[in-house]
Amino acid sequence: MFEIRDLNVHFGGIHALKGISMTVDAGEIVTLIGANGAGKTTTLRTASGLKKPTSGTIVVDGRDITAASPQERVKLGLCQVPEGRRVFPQMTVQENLEMGAYQRKDKANLASDFDDVFGRFPVLKERRKQTAGTLSGGEQQMLAMGRALMSRPRILLLDEPSMGLAPLLVAEIFDIIKQINEAGTTVLLVEQNANMALRIADRAYVMETGSIVLEGPASELLDTEDIKRAYLGG
Amino acid sequence: MQELIQQLINGLSLGSIYALIALGYTMVYGIIQLINFAHGDVYMVGAYVGYFCMARAHLGFFTSLVIAMLVCTVLGVVIERVAYKPLRNSTRIAVLITAIGVSLLLEYGMMFFVGPEVRAYPPMPGFMEASYNIGGVIIRAQQLLIIGISLILMIGLQYIVRRTKVGKAMRAVSQDADAARLMGINVDNTISLTFALGSALAGAAGVLVGVYYNSIDPLMGILPGLKAFVAAVLGGIGLIPGALIGGYVIGAVETLVAGYGFSMYKDAVVFAILIAVLMVKPTGLLGKNVREKV
Repeated sequence: MFEIRDLNVHFGGIHALKGISMTVDAGEIVTLIGANGAGKTTTLRTASGLKKPTSGTIVVDGRDITAASPQERVKLGLCQVPEGRRVFPQMTVQENLEMGAYQRKDKANLASDFDDVFGRFPVLKERRKQTAGTLSGGEQQMLAMGRALMSRPRILLLDEPSMGLAPLLVAEIFDIIKQINEAGTTVLLVEQNANMALRIADRAYVMETGSIVLEGPASELLDTEDIKRAYLGG
Repeated sequence: MQELIQQLINGLSLGSIYALIALGYTMVYGIIQLINFAHGDVYMVGAYVGYFCMARAHLGFFTSLVIAMLVCTVLGVVIERVAYKPLRNSTRIAVLITAIGVSLLLEYGMMFFVGPEVRAYPPMPGFMEASYNIGGVIIRAQQLLIIGISLILMIGLQYIVRRTKVGKAMRAVSQDADAARLMGINVDNTISLTFALGSALAGAAGVLVGVYYNSIDPLMGILPGLKAFVAAVLGGIGLIPGALIGGYVIGAVETLVAGYGFSMYKDAVVFAILIAVLMVKPTGLLGKNVREKV
């Protein structure tokens, strides 16, 4: 349902993505792993429309969205949880979630979606009147995810959800990602924590300096010697 | 004491006008980090629109006020789309210089069309000429009107920014434009809306200042524009409550200085405040030092 074909991205003279291609099928969790600076975040930013590619195509449900603006992509069901959470710090938890639902026209369903998000992240309900900047890192990650869910995405793009979180919290976040996927949302997960990502993903792509160097079922990659050595610490 | 209260009431009406202009500065700064130096001239255009509506078209005061606000709304959006939007990814200094260019264009463009002479504002309807003597303090109906209209507009703005969806989008864009894009918020339209609201307030301020000082000219926007800018910086640039506080403080200081016999220094004192703020607390009264969190 989501496909990137031969994507090239430049930052000035730097060739950041060198003709990468990948697909994500409906219902899957696909993870994109690789070292810092490999181009994972650039891939996601290009997918969500924040960065314009030099060449290549991005396709959702057979439709070419390469020229579409970020807000058109949200309308088509693509929503990104950015790296570093990027919640609106001076707005309340409630207002942050409302921003997630900015494009929604079906006001009738909003209340139940709020309940849904609060059910998934009870701590957000407790803190709904608090400004987002006062939340802890883990709570902000939950808010960023809840905010994205309020747009009712069909494909959720997650950028480093584990960044800066304590191991216990990372496990909790990954559980929630798994649950969101089981509830019917397709997930493209960018991670440096390859070990955790491969455990919940169906398939994986490995990036190195702007190219995809390896791809396959996540369970197989978890056992590959190269991957173990390069990304799993053993 | 009586004199002090009298001057403070005068300061309240002048401060209302500064606050209205300062709001536009601060909102635009909040959303695109631009000191829009053309803002004072938008307010001048508002004063002229009000003048022509009342003196030539013989429209009522309130109708003229609304028309001035609408014209300035359109003007603000056009300025943003034509002059600033193409420079969205340029350096801040390039946009700042453009703002000064737009300011000069409006000032001398207006001079070309209406001439450089100072015009007297048309006489106001009778109800504005009334005045009340309360224990020796004289309050004019005109002052009450200026304060009242300003308060209504400020409350309206607060309502839009705090409660409505587009207002919340404005705050979201000012806090994190990329994150707002990812939520599907149209950032360009939101920026235009910010200019529209700020310019509407400036338009209203233009008419009110015509009423207050009773005279207008094409360069009238420069000094009040700068003072409103000082007000915005004093309160904490980018913060709406800061602009309100700053506006009233500057208004009060200016009338007090003038009222106690130092009229010559009233402008100098305002700019001395700017220098003092920048030296002592550059973030302004309400501003906090924002440190980047990694």
